[in-house]
Amino acid sequence: MRNPLSDKAVQIQPSGIRKFFDIVSEMKDAISLGVGEPDFDTPWRIREEGIYSLEKGRTFYTSNAGLKELREEICVYLKRKYHLEYQFEQVLVTVGGSEAIDLALRAMINPGEEVIIPQPSYVSYLPCAVLADAKPVIVNLKAENEFKLTAQELLDAITEKTKVLILPFPNNPTGAIMNRDELMAIADVIREKDIFVISDEIYAELTYCDRHVSIAELPGMAERTVVINGFSKAFAMTGWRLGYAAGPRMIMEQMVKIHQFAIMCAPTTSQFAAVEALRSCDEEVAKMVEAYNQRRRFLLNAFREMGLDCFEPFGAFYVFPCIRKFGMTSDEFATRLLNEEKVAVVPGTAFGDCGEGYLRISYAYSIDNLKEALGRLSNFIKRLDTIE
Amino acid sequence: MRKKILTMLEQNGRIDLKDLAVLLDIDEAELANEIAQMEKEHIICGYNTIINWDKTTEEKVTALIEVKVAPQRGHGFDNLAERIYNYSEVSSLYLMSGGFDFTVIIEGKSMKDVALFVSGKLATIDGVLSTATHFVLKKYKVYGVALEKENKDERILVTP
Repeated sequence: MRNPLSDKAVQIQPSGIRKFFDIVSEMKDAISLGVGEPDFDTPWRIREEGIYSLEKGRTFYTSNAGLKELREEICVYLKRKYHLEYQFEQVLVTVGGSEAIDLALRAMINPGEEVIIPQPSYVSYLPCAVLADAKPVIVNLKAENEFKLTAQELLDAITEKTKVLILPFPNNPTGAIMNRDELMAIADVIREKDIFVISDEIYAELTYCDRHVSIAELPGMAERTVVINGFSKAFAMTGWRLGYAAGPRMIMEQMVKIHQFAIMCAPTTSQFAAVEALRSCDEEVAKMVEAYNQRRRFLLNAFREMGLDCFEPFGAFYVFPCIRKFGMTSDEFATRLLNEEKVAVVPGTAFGDCGEGYLRISYAYSIDNLKEALGRLSNFIKRLDTIE
Repeated sequence: MRKKILTMLEQNGRIDLKDLAVLLDIDEAELANEIAQMEKEHIICGYNTIINWDKTTEEKVTALIEVKVAPQRGHGFDNLAERIYNYSEVSSLYLMSGGFDFTVIIEGKSMKDVALFVSGKLATIDGVLSTATHFVLKKYKVYGVALEKENKDERILVTP
């Protein structure tokens, strides 16, 4: 038999998170701090709308780009929250933010063109770029810059072939955010070098100092940016699989075309529920944000007390402590922590090689849960310290 | 800041003071001081525990009684209210708008117990015009807590 496989598919590495998942699932009474989704249930009024739409028999396809009502509501929301001006024709509703990332890359890249991917960052950018025949160019973000992308780092990565920058802030796994001034500096380079941006803003609602600023809001940037957002993190709707992209018509038309042939349309029930999320859940979101912020402070305080170095992250629901001083790799540390104390965290290396020396710890857990896990982590560190 | 403290205490009156200080980003001594002050001002009036008595062997009956009264000149409803809430059987008392005046919530050992209290004590108070007693059959949610809902984390343990 001939080899049935595509070389491109085969060369893609499976996610480093997979390995940990396999070990943890086998283990009884392990506590996980490794989850990348909210612990809250979707607010009831959103779920209720989903149920209602089913009762009404709204079980048909929607138009390819999504319900007009939802796309209009997304425009209102993006303007209200992030001062972004879009017409509904510029919005595409997708199966999670992940699909939007894939579509945007496929719509914009020609074989061999370069995509700049700052790391540590979400696991799917690199494989999606490769599948789109792009040449990925990794920028290793630095702890001393609080894992923000600097204009100089961007400049150094740009070549003749650079087409797109993926901008992943607020960031998973570091929790880093970028403020207006920092984005301005980046935007100057982007305009100057005539490249485009895929701005993954899925965690935009979850910031804990200033409000999130979208790079698309800056002068001259809307026409070269595809903004990606969704319902998973902001409204605790991961399982509904609903995201969206908004951008220049020219790009969106191509994205809609690929989406139309690959997916047809995003789930109808989720779309009806999402309208309610955008219209009337500000208070529910504010409550969740406050809870995350409290847990964030709780974790950082506990880290300080146990002598674990960590820069203060202001976004998403992750902290990214440094474990270099224990003389282990991230993988060793995480494996031992799991075996010896039954606490699962994700090694920083799952999000790029430059995540070596770091762990991603999620605070999408109740305080009681965090307390128990932190107690175990503290025991582990104490043991390491005494051995030294 | 008071609002934040109260919101947290309303959800969990037993929360550790040190934890609460970290969660709200306030100095612990300052927090203790603020809470003491609010207790003094009767903003914080007490700390209760939410109990699902149905899960114990204890027999308990809760009744909600609609009471119509004739308000008194010069005192309105307040004097009558005091005469009612002084009974230890009365766990809550509210003045209502609408078709009747007071909602009286009564905890008793048995339905008979409650009925005797209503007919013997409550209905005979001067100024009480009528009562209508409704017994609680099942409590689903009390003070924001769904009593029988299990909080099980069904998320996949490690996800990107």
